Amino acid sequence: MPLPSIVSKPQWRAVAYAGAVLVLLPLLVLALSWNSLDSTIWNHLLETQMARLLGNTLVLAIGVIVGVVLLGVSLAWLTSLCNFPGRRWLDWALMLPFAVPAYVLAFVMIGILDFAGPLQTTLRGWLGSDFRMVSIRSTGGVIFVLVLVFYPYVYMLARGAFLAQGRGLMEAARILGHSPWQAFWRVALPMARPAIGAGAALAVMETLADFGAVSVFNYDTFTTAIYKTWYGFYSLQTATQLASLLLLFVLLALYAERRAQGSKRFPGSDKPRQGPLFQLRGVRGWLATGYCLLVLAVAFIIPLVQLFYWLFTSGSDFDERYWSLIRNTLTLGGIAAVTTVVVAMLLVLARRLQPIRRVRSAVALANLGYALPGSVLAVGIMFAFSVADNQLVVPLQRWLGVESPAPLLLGSLFALLLAYLIRFMAVASGPLDTALARIRPALPEAAHSLGHSGVSVFWRVYLPLLMPGLLSAGLLVFVDVLKEMPATLLMRPFGWDTLAVRIHSLTAEGNWPEAALPAITLVATGLLPVIVLIRRSAQSVGRGNAH
Amino acid sequence: MSVIRKLAALGLAVSTLGGVAQAEELVVYSARQDHLIKPVFDLYTEKTGTTFKYITDSEAPLLARLKAEGANTPADLLITVDAGNLWQAEQQGVLRAVDSATISANIPAKYRSADGYWTGLSLRARTIAYSTERVDPSELSTYEALADEDWAARLCLRTSRKVYNQSLTATMMESIGVERTTEVLQGWVNNLATPAFGDDTALLNAIAAGQCDVGIVNSYYFGRLEKADPSFPVKLFWPNQQDRGVHVNISGAGVTAHAKHPDEAVAFLEWLTTEEAQRVFADVNQEFPANESVAPSEEVASWGDFKRDDVNVEVAGRRQAEAIMLMDRVGWH
Repeated sequence: MPLPSIVSKPQWRAVAYAGAVLVLLPLLVLALSWNSLDSTIWNHLLETQMARLLGNTLVLAIGVIVGVVLLGVSLAWLTSLCNFPGRRWLDWALMLPFAVPAYVLAFVMIGILDFAGPLQTTLRGWLGSDFRMVSIRSTGGVIFVLVLVFYPYVYMLARGAFLAQGRGLMEAARILGHSPWQAFWRVALPMARPAIGAGAALAVMETLADFGAVSVFNYDTFTTAIYKTWYGFYSLQTATQLASLLLLFVLLALYAERRAQGSKRFPGSDKPRQGPLFQLRGVRGWLATGYCLLVLAVAFIIPLVQLFYWLFTSGSDFDERYWSLIRNTLTLGGIAAVTTVVVAMLLVLARRLQPIRRVRSAVALANLGYALPGSVLAVGIMFAFSVADNQLVVPLQRWLGVESPAPLLLGSLFALLLAYLIRFMAVASGPLDTALARIRPALPEAAHSLGHSGVSVFWRVYLPLLMPGLLSAGLLVFVDVLKEMPATLLMRPFGWDTLAVRIHSLTAEGNWPEAALPAITLVATGLLPVIVLIRRSAQSVGRGNAH
Repeated sequence: MSVIRKLAALGLAVSTLGGVAQAEELVVYSARQDHLIKPVFDLYTEKTGTTFKYITDSEAPLLARLKAEGANTPADLLITVDAGNLWQAEQQGVLRAVDSATISANIPAKYRSADGYWTGLSLRARTIAYSTERVDPSELSTYEALADEDWAARLCLRTSRKVYNQSLTATMMESIGVERTTEVLQGWVNNLATPAFGDDTALLNAIAAGQCDVGIVNSYYFGRLEKADPSFPVKLFWPNQQDRGVHVNISGAGVTAHAKHPDEAVAFLEWLTTEEAQRVFADVNQEFPANESVAPSEEVASWGDFKRDDVNVEVAGRRQAEAIMLMDRVGWH
């Protein structure tokens, strides 16, 4: 029987290329910035900054990767494969830190742990005013905070992978003489490796793109150099050149990661896991609970307590504009989630169905937006759209006889949504990729052999099986858009202020206590999607694989 | 063909959800925070009926947006919180020259652009803050003196990335020369008690808590903390009273080159320099009015009178890049 027609349709190639072009448009602006070099600035940077910045960035990236993998995998292992007191609610509660933006956790942690904060002040009261402890405003401190913010990516994806592996596999490993530890190292972990890799990649790309959190820490990374060149030297051109270098590093790192991983695919097993495998009894059980509770407390509960404390002891920021802030935040999140997930699904499908190198590269490029600092991406879009406005839109309006032609693309909601799409494509692709990989090739092939056309196969086979992944991807993008600040600041149309914008307004002037209200509101808005996300992903993994 | 035209027109009409701007509306791009400009806008709206649409963001992105929009920009005014940024906006051609007798009369020339592209509206002093518990004001004299060994491990500074420190360095370079400034900054860096802070409020709290004894901050950050807690154990000191005076910077505005309502924008700018507006503009953030005939608020006046550096604030912009490079070389992060 010849290969099903859906595989060889060139439509999928076109889809992949179209997606890549859309995303590449602003990246093209980055590439074009190399047409001339400001040697004064470059010389200065290379002489005085580069070594330190690259060192800092490397240390930060490695620290975050190691941290999120250790934390995320250990927690995922415990909650998905072991049973211990409180597992049932810790399972989803450990995902809650995802609702907290990095820049919020940064100023809260510094507020609590710095010299002038409550912890050290109390300790100085007990132990004498000469008491000194490790400073939070250090490399270790930044890594600490970013690990707490980004471990949910690894946690969620690793947990999904462990849950999907099925009881039979682990039981087989035990029967063959492996201890639980060995079963973990030799079977579960390698099979979860793609998911863990995807989670770690998301975490490190966010770290590289982050500007808000590292600014609060005053920790200089490559990205802060981009901003310094832009805000200080006013050389947007050099800043975009630096940004394109950043992207190059990320591209190389991602490529290396893919090569190391190979093309292994681990489709889901026949029988979904019924319940946890390993009972942790007695002390070990309580140790597990304690560990999970500790992480939850440090990453979520204590920061919230500090925020509430600030809320009740300082002047409130509440005014009648809050409702529109909340409404704007939710609307932008919702629309962006839907559009991004749809486009990501098309690209991911295109790569699966037309796995030629060009398509794979196109899709890989489309995921690069995540490593790009939000403002730089926004500037790229702005310039691309300004050209489009001047060359296309305004002449088009004149042709149609519009009286005073005005630019439509620049400053429009569409531009902002495109920025979100490019920025968070990778976030949507991760879960979709994983979900797609779990669909055994036999299924669509069987459908084809039964006579279904390509579209029918899509609606009846791919879509239902992808639904959990689509939902996860949508919720992830929703929460990420909620938290997004730099691109929103730059590109939002009039009257579209969001909670993140309000937080920036207040923290830019060091008004941390006043920022507590929008920060809490933002976290609260993101909590429900996060809880839905994690609870669904547990149930539906089972459902998705049952047949 | 006509069907296509109609569809396209429909599409364009639908997407133009912003609507056409009425004559009594001004569009402002502001780097000055929302809660600091809204009171002034509201006051003007009450007075004249003109409404405002505005976007807040940092200066550089606003400038980039203005440049990208070019002649199609909806912005009528640009408000910033640093003289260097205004000078930069002038250089990049996004502002227009305004020749206004009112502005020239109300605002001293050293707080305005020479060619009328922008004007300062309020002043903030970047001055020395000291712990009342551990420092006697007689120990303090000048910015340069903070580089002395007496202050080893007792000084706190804000990050060199913040434009306020860059402007301070630029004007210092103009007054005492590059070499001397390099020495001074190197001395400051050697005297740091802790890595530079991301903001002045944290710096002031560090002085209060005892992590350091002196620091250099903008006056209004101190004002906020003092207002919240009158017994705050930190006070402001006005250095260099025997020579050039205290470094001051401006928050100001200019009319954009492609403003759609230039006359209304100029009228608004002129109003901003009058007493009525100056009072609100400056007081809401505990700054000093740029219009010298307007007295500062009581709280601000309670900090005492002081000699201000006479250098034109434009210097902050002209020498900003130089200043940043200097700060990088001495290792001020």
